[in-house]
Amino acid sequence: MAEIRNYTMNFGPQHPAAHGVLRLVLELDGEVIQRADPHIGLLHRATEKLAESKPYNQTIGYMDRLDYVSMMCNEHGYVLAVEKLLGVTPPVRAQYIRVMFDEITRILNHLMWLGTHALDIGAMTVFLYCFREREDLFDCYEAVSGARMHATYYRPGGVYRDLPDRMPQYQPSKWHDEKDVARMNKNRQGSLLDFIWDFTERFPKYVDDYETLLTDNRIWKQRTVGIGVVSPERALQLGFSGPMLRGSGVEWDLRKKQPYEVYDQIDFDVPVGVNGDCYDRYLVRVEEMRQSNRIIRQCVEWLRTHPGPVIIDDHKIVPPARETMKDNMESLIHHFKLFTEGYCIPEGETYAAVEAPKGEFGVYLISDGANKPYRLKVRAPGFAHLAALDEMTRGHMIADVVAIIGTQDIVFGEIDR
Amino acid sequence: MNDSLPSAGNAPDAVAAHARETFGEAVTNVLEGPGGPTLEIRREDVLNVCRTLRDDPAFAYEQLMDLCGVDYLNYGKEAPGRTWRGPRFAVVYHLLSLKHNRRLRLRAFLDDEMPMIASVVEIWNSANWFEREAFDLFGIVFEGHPDLRRILTDYGFVGHPFRKDFPLIGQVEMRYDAEKQRVIYQPVSIEPRVLVPRVIREEGFGRD
Repeated sequence: MAEIRNYTMNFGPQHPAAHGVLRLVLELDGEVIQRADPHIGLLHRATEKLAESKPYNQTIGYMDRLDYVSMMCNEHGYVLAVEKLLGVTPPVRAQYIRVMFDEITRILNHLMWLGTHALDIGAMTVFLYCFREREDLFDCYEAVSGARMHATYYRPGGVYRDLPDRMPQYQPSKWHDEKDVARMNKNRQGSLLDFIWDFTERFPKYVDDYETLLTDNRIWKQRTVGIGVVSPERALQLGFSGPMLRGSGVEWDLRKKQPYEVYDQIDFDVPVGVNGDCYDRYLVRVEEMRQSNRIIRQCVEWLRTHPGPVIIDDHKIVPPARETMKDNMESLIHHFKLFTEGYCIPEGETYAAVEAPKGEFGVYLISDGANKPYRLKVRAPGFAHLAALDEMTRGHMIADVVAIIGTQDIVFGEIDR
Repeated sequence: MNDSLPSAGNAPDAVAAHARETFGEAVTNVLEGPGGPTLEIRREDVLNVCRTLRDDPAFAYEQLMDLCGVDYLNYGKEAPGRTWRGPRFAVVYHLLSLKHNRRLRLRAFLDDEMPMIASVVEIWNSANWFEREAFDLFGIVFEGHPDLRRILTDYGFVGHPFRKDFPLIGQVEMRYDAEKQRVIYQPVSIEPRVLVPRVIREEGFGRD
């Protein structure tokens, strides 16, 4: 009898379904996975080591680039850790702004996930729809921070500046005449909050569209139901968090259980799966988008009626307004000190965690009293999820690997750091 | 703020007291900080302590959220008259109990010459990659780990880049050599530079 040997196959790092730079060494028996060994680190930039050589505020920008599809949630984790060591609390308005942008970020992330996950499995249309909606949310990012992705908007003590009163508008060009531009600018006549409100009016209908395309789709179900099943016990053992944990039926959401900012004053539900397969995780994330929409609407309503400061009034931590710098000596000194040296944080250590779209994003910060972190450790949710890939794919077919990578919502910025 | 919430289970000092009672000598120090209690444990007892922390219903830490190495070589170096006298390396564990809704931090200091500790993969499977990472970046050896390989650095990388004596710009740089027609490694050609010096100010500096 001929000897039967397992095949070893390389998947990635330039495979479109690898969601970035994942090199996967697969050991196959025919088309069945015997072992999957992810090789990561191709995007390793040593963010944590870089942070040790920079004043605290200069690291916020690096946080955006960790999980580069949920930018503001990463900033949030870092800023919370710094605030905890400093012992400051941002003004309530800043907290509402943060919650609102966290949820905008969650929708951004889930749209990206849904589009690429569906594309991997063969549904092209959803991808195009999802990216259309992402454009509007990027416009919100741009309106507050000037950057469409890497915002660096959150600061220890609040947010960089208040929400703008008017939205940037399209200008007529070679490709768009006056009539086109008038149509495109229709929902940009008011403030940013009006624009976000208009989006939340439209968004549930969009989610219905995605669901029409996928939820009862026979092919979609064939590819996701019963694939990558994780029991609740295993999910806890493997360090899962976020939708990966909830998909397995564990009701755990940091926004409810250990609420930060103003999540305890906001009304929303936490969807939980039953079977722990790719389909249930899909349902959980889709419902999360609807809940995020609900949270955003509550924040918009509150923010409309409650003006106020968006950052603490402590110029040892927060730079003074630029105008005062011109005629006030003290402001000038504060400004100079903050931008040449930064601020020192009392000695201590802390762990701050936020419910990022992918799961628990934690920041462990050790300060020895200097103006730079002594040690920064980022606990990325995707890292623990990808570590479980071997267990989740074992015994499945090659095509299911793609579905499982998709359902894990892998982004290499945060895994490799 | 996160861990000092009233909803976050019973008071953290109760956990610390119960830990002292249960583990006795194994717990060398208990610290209370803005991020909840920290237990410093002897590295020989790490497996016993961790198993009890997971299985004892009074603790019930079902999840290991994070595990990382720390290098205390330069800790507080810029502060006048304050030097770090403790061991150089430590492993820090962040545990989460869903049942009691609370967190706990464990720290085990290691031997300076040969940083080594027992692996907790058997207790929490999530430790697998976290321990590989700590091994890769700090050179901490986890005894009993099923597959202790480098994880984040390049194939064939030399050194442990997150140690404080490893320069930020690294040791080698990579470039394409036109003569040899391949990519080569050579010692770094750029000078290390410090844009903002590291300073330690006393608490309340400039405030009066």
